[in-house]
Formats: sequence, structure tokens, C-alpha cells
Amino acid sequence: MTTTTTPTALTSSEVGLNQGRLPRWSTPATIVAVVVLGALATLVLDAPVPLVVGLGVLALLVTLPALAWVVEGRRRANDRMWTVLVTLAFALALLPLLSLVITVTQNGLARFDWDFLTTDMRGVLGEGGGALHAIVGTLIITGLATVISVPIGIMTAVYLVEYGRGRLARAITLLVDVMTGIPSIVAGLFAFALFAIFFGPSVRFGIGGAVALSVLMIPVVVRSVEEMLKLVPNELREASYALGVSQWRTIVRVVLPTAAAGIATGVTLAIARVIGETAPLLIITGSTNILNTDPTDGRMSSLPIFTYYSYTIPGVPPEFGVERAWAAALTLFLIVMLLNLVARVVSRIFGSPTSR
Amino acid sequence: MAKRIDVKDLDIYYGSFRAVEGVTMSIEPRSITALIGPSGCGKSTFLRSLNRMHEVIPGARVSGSVLLDGQDLYGAGIDPVSVRRHVGMVFQRPNPFPTMSIYENVVAGMRLNGGRGVRKAEMDGIVEGALQGANLWNEVKDRLDRPGSSLSGGQQQRLCIARAIAVKPDVLLMDEPCSALDPISTLAIEDLMDQLKKDYTIVIVTHNMQQAARVSDRTGFFNIAGTGKPGKLIEMDETSTMFSTPSVQATEDYISGRFG
Repeated sequence: MTTTTTPTALTSSEVGLNQGRLPRWSTPATIVAVVVLGALATLVLDAPVPLVVGLGVLALLVTLPALAWVVEGRRRANDRMWTVLVTLAFALALLPLLSLVITVTQNGLARFDWDFLTTDMRGVLGEGGGALHAIVGTLIITGLATVISVPIGIMTAVYLVEYGRGRLARAITLLVDVMTGIPSIVAGLFAFALFAIFFGPSVRFGIGGAVALSVLMIPVVVRSVEEMLKLVPNELREASYALGVSQWRTIVRVVLPTAAAGIATGVTLAIARVIGETAPLLIITGSTNILNTDPTDGRMSSLPIFTYYSYTIPGVPPEFGVERAWAAALTLFLIVMLLNLVARVVSRIFGSPTSR
Repeated sequence: MAKRIDVKDLDIYYGSFRAVEGVTMSIEPRSITALIGPSGCGKSTFLRSLNRMHEVIPGARVSGSVLLDGQDLYGAGIDPVSVRRHVGMVFQRPNPFPTMSIYENVVAGMRLNGGRGVRKAEMDGIVEGALQGANLWNEVKDRLDRPGSSLSGGQQQRLCIARAIAVKPDVLLMDEPCSALDPISTLAIEDLMDQLKKDYTIVIVTHNMQQAARVSDRTGFFNIAGTGKPGKLIEMDETSTMFSTPSVQATEDYISGRFG
């Protein structure tokens, strides 16, 4: 025995599914309104710009969620508020970067020419001169540091992920963490103290700088490679073992190639981390005005140090030195950009299978 | 090719935890043996102990013996790596190597084992043979250089089977090979197993009782008394007997769905 009730049409408020929606143009409209009000305040009332910007941000933070609260309800108001906050945080992070790129490019382009890239500073006092010795020095020292750090870093990471159990692995992880926190000047002092034992206190040479940079680079490589190896699914290792492949061959032929794209990115980031280091090189490689391509002997210049000295001791008249400093900064910037591009290409190549 | 396996009093431990207790069974060559039972009853662990794959987990060990045509896989001086060359395995989820093409996936067993001296023509022959053996040749012969991951799930699983048989093992272990596949791909794999049993000894773990009934010659039923207790082989018999007149009540309960 059942009683059937005829379903009556429910109004939208009873069902609670339909809620008010702000029109799509409400967000841009609010922003435009705030900007216009701010501009008016600055122009007409002559209010100070930082105050206007601060008030504008606050106004956005209050009006958008408030509007949403009235029309759309609490959850959407919350959503709007966080959207505004996250966007602001992003803009705040992007602002210094943009400013940096624009400033370096503007000031650096004045002397960024062929002459700058192909001559050193031998006998240059005022106008002219270039950063060839510094570019070559940076490339050699960073290159050597990469050659030292990448194998050590990758092998350490392989040990930690694939083999490491118990105390030794935990100790290594701890040491890598500690190494991450070493101030760069300490790394330079370490390299200097190490080589001063063998070559005396006046030792200055490129390999020393490479060793100092390696101290900074190895933990970064270990950490990033470790994360990449952990991302390789265990099923691939098992698939390889099930074919009767030894653990070592599995790592070399399956695990590392699978993680290659990520490893390439990690290595590039590590290089970018150390290529701009000034303090350690100041101590152990010193500085020079002439091209030195032999990292085993004598002082070498590098772009960060060249920039530093060109700016602090620009010579007379000072404007040429300052121009060179900006151009060197731009060069360093471009090298790092180029490295990132190379890493992308490399990971693209490793990422897809090739048929032979 | 196609060797028999005799397991005697096998206990499998993870550290101090005994996962499987006292398994004794014979697996006939050129037949399909299905292992069924509830989750966590140790049938996958047992399957992995047949090619020492469970040793990938630290602390895993066994007592008892697994004889492959009379040779103890756990005997002194036996290298687990070479055991796995004789006893291949196919996993639950298709796992082709993502950095390799279809062709390279099939020859991975040889390439990874350092088979540099093999000539190209010979290699091509092996690839075609293995892919035909896995019923995949006609579908992929024109795109062998495409990545293995470009195939559908069912094709990937057949690629994994091709990869496993390309190294010419004696035994093929399959750990729920169809549980991630749709019914049509499952049917394709089941047909393939029926063909492969002419040349290989096949052991399959499955949760699908119809599948066990369809494909296997003999069936073993594993069960556990409760959580934390070791899994045991309850009974093992011809599949037709197991599914019609099992001798143990627990088997009948499980097979007829009255489990638990």
C-alpha cells in the first residue's frame, strides 16, 4: 500500500541549487574602477603614490569579496578573496624580476657589442675594453665545477634512492642538507684552505674556484636528481628485473634514461645557481685583466667579479667602467637564459624515444 | 622451454612476518595454473617467490624449496638475476619502458643484458616472432618506432607479454594481467594465453573466477585465517573439479560467493 504524492514544482530557492552569479565583467570593472579612482586621487588630490597603491589593493581586497558575498554567498566570496590574494602575491614576485630584466637590458645594451665580447682589459684604462677574459673564465670555472659535481651528485642520488638503507644513507642525507646551507664565502675559504696546504697562501687558480663552486653545486644536484629518481615508477624497475636484468643495468639503462629530462633540468638549475657566485671566486681564483685559459695556473677573471670590480673601481672617468659592469651583468644573464634553453632541448631529446 | 615447477614446504617471510606458510604444489609444464583467493592471502607473494621477484623488498626471505625441473631456485650459488631470465613475469598494470619504442621494448631483455653482438637481421626476427607470439604484430608492424606508451592499455599489456617471451623463458608468471583491462582486451589476452601454453608453463594470479575457470587447467585456492596470519594453500586440483566439487568447504564458499 503506497501513497503517491504528486510532485509539486519547487522554486529555485527551495532547492538551493540556483544561486546568484556576478556578471563576468564585474571583476575587470572593479579593477578599472579602483585604478581610475587611484589615478584621480594622485592627480587631483596629489596623494602620494605608495599610499594610493596600498589603498587600491585594500579596496580590491574588500570590494570584490564583499560584492560576491552579497550576490553569490559565502563560499564564492572566500574564493574571490583568495584569488585576489594569490594574484597579488604573483604580481609581487614578478615585479622585481621584470624590473631586473628591464634595468639590466637598458643599461647593458650600451656596451654589449662585438668588441665587448672579443677583447679583454689588457692596457685599457678608460673607454673600450671587453669581458672576453671574464666570459672565458666563467665558462671554464663553471664547466669544471659541473664536470666535478654532476657525476658525484648523480651517483650520490643513485645510492640514496636505489641502494641506501639505514644509518649511512641517513647520515649522507643529513650531510647533503647541511651542505645546502653552507654560505658561499665558506665554500671559497674551504677551497683556499685546502689548496693553501699544497701551494702556499698565495695560491690563485681556476680549478680551486671550480672546487669551491662544486661544494655549493653538489647538494643541489643530489637533491634534484634524488627527487627525479623517486618519480620513476617502481613498476619499471620490476619490469626490468623480471627480464633478468641486474640492478645496476636497470639503473643505467632504465631508471636514469626515464629520469633524464628531469635530471637535465636539475643540473641546469644547479649551474645557474653557481654561475653568478662572486664571493668564493674572489678568494680562490682572484681577478685579472688579461685572458687566461689555463685553469691550473694563475688568476682567472669571471663575469661576477668583473662586474663587481668594474662597478666599484670603474677608473677615470668612471662611466666607461660602469657601462662595462652593466654589459657584463647582461652577458651573465644571457648565458643563464641560454643554459635554460639548452636544458629544454636536452630534456626534449631524452624525453622521447629514438629508433635506431 | 616449458619446465615443471615443484614447490615443497615453502614459507615466505617479510622480516619476521610470515606472509605465506607451508605451500607444497606441483605445476605441470605446458599448462595454465591459476591461483585464486581473497586479497592479502599471499598468492601474489607466492607467485613472486617463483622467480625471486619478492626479494626486491628488503627483508624478504623464504624457507623450503622451489624446484625448476629439479633445480632448486633457492639453492646456494643461484643468482636471482639469472633465475628471472628463466622465469619471466607480466604485471598487473602494463609497464612498457616509456623511453623506448615498441621495437626497443621487445628487445629490451636482450639489449639491457648487454646483447650488443646480436645482428640487426636476427634482432628483427626476434621482434617479429615475439610480437606475433603476443598477437600484436599485425597491429604494430607499421609503427615499430613509435613509443610503447602510444598503444592502448590492452596492446601495452600484449607488448609486455611480447617483451617477456622475447627472452625465451621457461615459465611465464602473470600477476592479474587483465585486471586493468576492458573485457575485449581481456579476451585477447586469454586467447593468447591459450596459445602460449603450447610452449610455456604459465602461472596466473587472478581475482576473476570466471577467468580462472575459462583459461586454467589446474587451480589453487589460497586463504588466510585472519589479518596478520600467514596465507596458506587450501587446496589445489583440476580446474573443473575445483569449480564443481571442491573438497574443502572454504573453497566452495569462496567460489560460490559465500565468502566471509
